Amino acid sequence: MEQKKQTYQPRTLETQLPFSWKRLFFQWEWMLLLILVAVLLFGSYVSPYFLNYPSLRDGTMVFLDKALIVFPMAMIMIMRDIDISVGSTVALSSVVMASLYTTAGLPMEIAIVACLVTGAVCGLINGLLIVKFKELSAVIVTLGTMILYRGIAYIILEDQAAGGFPEWFGFFGWGYVFGIPFLLIVFAALAIVFGILLHRTTFGRKVFAIGNNPTASRFSGVRVDRIKVIVFMLAGLLAAITAIFLTSRMGSTRPNIATMYELDIIAMAALGGVSTAGGKGRVVGVVIAVFIIGYLQYGLGLINMPSQLFLIIVGALLILSVAIPKIGSLMKRK
Amino acid sequence: METKEAHAENPKKNMLTLFYQFRELGLLFFIILLCIGVQIRNPSFLTGENILDLATNTSILVILSLGMMIVLITRGIDLSIGAVIALSGMLTAQLVAANPSINPLLCLLFGTVIGAVCGMVIGLLIARVGLLPIIATLALMNIFRGLTFLVSDGEWVSSYQMSDGFVALAGGSFLGINHLIWIAVFFCLVFFYFLNYTRTGRQIYAVGSNPQSAAVSGIKQGRVLLLVYTIMGGLSGLCGVLWVSKFASAQGDTASGYELTVIAACILGGVSIAGGSGKLAGVLLGAILLGILNNALPLLNVSPFWQNGIQGFIILLAVIVNAIVKRRVDRTHLLRRAG
Repeated sequence: MEQKKQTYQPRTLETQLPFSWKRLFFQWEWMLLLILVAVLLFGSYVSPYFLNYPSLRDGTMVFLDKALIVFPMAMIMIMRDIDISVGSTVALSSVVMASLYTTAGLPMEIAIVACLVTGAVCGLINGLLIVKFKELSAVIVTLGTMILYRGIAYIILEDQAAGGFPEWFGFFGWGYVFGIPFLLIVFAALAIVFGILLHRTTFGRKVFAIGNNPTASRFSGVRVDRIKVIVFMLAGLLAAITAIFLTSRMGSTRPNIATMYELDIIAMAALGGVSTAGGKGRVVGVVIAVFIIGYLQYGLGLINMPSQLFLIIVGALLILSVAIPKIGSLMKRK
Repeated sequence: METKEAHAENPKKNMLTLFYQFRELGLLFFIILLCIGVQIRNPSFLTGENILDLATNTSILVILSLGMMIVLITRGIDLSIGAVIALSGMLTAQLVAANPSINPLLCLLFGTVIGAVCGMVIGLLIARVGLLPIIATLALMNIFRGLTFLVSDGEWVSSYQMSDGFVALAGGSFLGINHLIWIAVFFCLVFFYFLNYTRTGRQIYAVGSNPQSAAVSGIKQGRVLLLVYTIMGGLSGLCGVLWVSKFASAQGDTASGYELTVIAACILGGVSIAGGSGKLAGVLLGAILLGILNNALPLLNVSPFWQNGIQGFIILLAVIVNAIVKRRVDRTHLLRRAG
């Protein structure tokens, strides 16, 4: 059965180990790179329009919006929690933004700020509930808020769509800066920021510490609750940013947008090597995983594959990426 | 268990402890209040016809909640049941469309077996490979949903393709009471006996409340987990057939998101997500409460768009109130033990 043994195993931090070529090459990220190459080859095999710079560049616009949330989700999973309300948060902040602009007639700039605030507040509520009621797990809290946030979005907009945004708003979804999609630039910037935050700052070390041993980190003076609230707020904020890009790309919004985003995002993080048991994960791996799943979706879309096939592939990838390390350790024990 | 012992030792009864021990009564009280409120606003609520209607519409939820309860008791969760319902419903509907003369009971068996196989796959991944239940079932939810679309090719199976006997599975009645209600009552009785009076039933609680000591006492946890997820899958498969028969159509997105309603019913009924505790009576009341909400909101002229929000709010409220009450109870017990 599961190895939930609570025996004490001292864990050496990777940065403390002496350098070894073997370890450099036996890393999950190399495996991911291989898979990415395989996906690209597969794409160029099925469609002649896949493997060229403009195609690969513009393809990112299709999947990178949800990928923005993967960074805080990775942090949440490193801390042994999970947030399944992010899709609903995207919908709620998008609906708030759209209805403030269309129904309330506020300027678009204010609507965008309101969108960001809505997302952050949603995340804050998640974080506070999880921290204040530790006996409820993050699964239950975010399950409840997932239904609640989407419910509020339905209350605001019912079954209507809201759109007709000013022309400059389309820049988020479709704009280029120096020939590179704006979304791709934002994604790269966020990857760098979160990479530094997670791997080079004390905040990041504390996130890993919480994931490895929450009790020990509390006793060593890490403010576990505060860090958790901040990370969940970040997830809400990034969900709001995703809402801006998604709404801009689609040109209008409905209460049912971004359904099941949480699944894709969790799959990206898990495939990227973030351990669901907490304490492990790197931004590099997550970034590669984002492109694997994204280009797979894009390539299948190019040849008109049914999107349901994509559902199956994501599910299978998620299981394989979590199961392979486990099976490996099972074999070793025998 | 601890609560009961401490309570028995101390004759001084604490209101809060009492409430917590009989939290099912609290839930029942809330349901009665709700019914009175709805009845005052709309007198057609508490009529025999509407009550039978309500019970028929709640039956599938009750059956699924029983399965979800035992999954939650083992510290697991199953997010894939909506997809399993869709898959078994679709395959059964296709079977019926191809052979109209097939015995309806055979269809029930067919759907249940499909569901049980789906559940067994989940159980193997969780019990043998050691995946986290939330990750494994999230992934398989995708896979089963995708399979449903693939086998149906995006097409629906509609009522005209179904035989009368098949539609009568969920539409017919026995002694004036709908089949669905009979089936739900049957499963309630079976689960009551299974959970309280069989060795395996008690092992489910043991695995959930303390996996380490369960393992030390020789309980084969892997086998218990496999069994629990297979039962859940089988029940979902059965409900898939009933669902398709009830609504007389099988679609790719049948029961999409229904797992959340089922989990909500269990949590309202006091099943702890941390495992080890949960009573059948509570789950039954939780499912009935959700059923009443679904039935009463339209009667009160509440916009259907408010239902999601109200449901989410009530779930959060219920788990938070439960947590606060439990905290107070634990604190009183600690104080007593100290004094």
